[in-house]
Amino acid sequence: MESTYNIAQQASIKKVWALLEGISDPEIPVLSILDLGIVRSVTFDADKKIIISITPTYSGCPAMDMISINIRLAMAAEGFKHFELKQTLIPAWTTDWMTETGKEKLKAYGIAPPKSGNENPACPQCKSENTALLSQFGSTACKALYQCQDCREPFDYFKCH
Amino acid sequence: MNNNIYNYLLQLADSSLILAQQNGTWCGHGPILEQDIAITNITLDLLGQARNFYQYAAQIKNEVDGSSSNTEDSLAYLRGEREFRNLLLCEQPNGDWAQTIVRQFFYTIYLESLYAALSNCEDEQLAGIAIKSLKEIKYHSTWCSDWVCRLGDGTEESKERMEQAVDNLWSYTGEMFIPSDIEEKVIAAGFPLDFPAMKSQWLQKVNEVFIEATLTIPDANAFMQTGGKQGIHTEKLGFILAEMQYLQRVHPGAAW
Repeated sequence: MESTYNIAQQASIKKVWALLEGISDPEIPVLSILDLGIVRSVTFDADKKIIISITPTYSGCPAMDMISINIRLAMAAEGFKHFELKQTLIPAWTTDWMTETGKEKLKAYGIAPPKSGNENPACPQCKSENTALLSQFGSTACKALYQCQDCREPFDYFKCH
Repeated sequence: MNNNIYNYLLQLADSSLILAQQNGTWCGHGPILEQDIAITNITLDLLGQARNFYQYAAQIKNEVDGSSSNTEDSLAYLRGEREFRNLLLCEQPNGDWAQTIVRQFFYTIYLESLYAALSNCEDEQLAGIAIKSLKEIKYHSTWCSDWVCRLGDGTEESKERMEQAVDNLWSYTGEMFIPSDIEEKVIAAGFPLDFPAMKSQWLQKVNEVFIEATLTIPDANAFMQTGGKQGIHTEKLGFILAEMQYLQRVHPGAAW
């Protein structure tokens, strides 16, 4: 697809991706929206309009409205006028789209990153695997609350989704 | 057909919005902090799902009318009681924690099979919302089932309260599985909704959890209340709407 664009368009697309990298999740500010994997594509349509396609994380996540506003502001600040934000629902967002860098950033921030399998997440503080679920629902729609049975520290776990 | 999809979307949206509005009043009053957070998170999911349905409904309505005046907000705040098509179950009072749990459990189990069916809908946008919502509902389902067991198989008092809650709510469950005119129309147009199958899945799951919870499942063929999907509601809905819509009715267009 990208090869069909002219050099100026390719440069614009590159610029948009760089700009999106600078936008963070308002509820987990260490993660950029690219780390989260919610930006699905940046393309030009037939009218030479830039289309940014994003996939929402959770239906009721209030951060999504904030993220859309921040994308619009950042685009406007960079002088982009001819663009549109599009919501793509299919395929549904999954934590599999979170980047490895994103997972490392989460861990360093004190949130256990999403993992597949049935074992409990390891404690992001002391790395112990001896942890227990306190509640399936945590401080935001995307998190559950666990407690480390060794260091006794409660911690957030980014739910597998 | 578009008008039928529009009406069907409202039916889906209204049930989740009304239950979200009800659950929302637990915020800050949950029995313990973790469960306060849990019920409000579930509420947030329901509200988000309702928003997705309303947004889609508004889009369809605008296309049909050639206007841009319909929005998720106008649909939620500016329709009257008789225009709401939510299930009667969703407008039943919070009661105690047991009643809130039983109401949530009955509705969640229903949504689980409903959204699974709609995930295969040919209407891509509706299928997309259903697939996303289903992921969220699975968490609700585990949580509700755990609580039904904990309270049902808990103390003498918790069991008694659960039995009372089941008794209060049971007659509002039948309506979920009796197709409305609108549902008949979207089925005729190819929506993959199999009501008898959804009913038997629902009964099976309720039965499984109730056995573990040592609760008795009432008679599935008992007398059932109907009317919600047709806009004929219990007294409670008027009060819910009065509170929910007050601001937009008194100060039209008010925004943050």
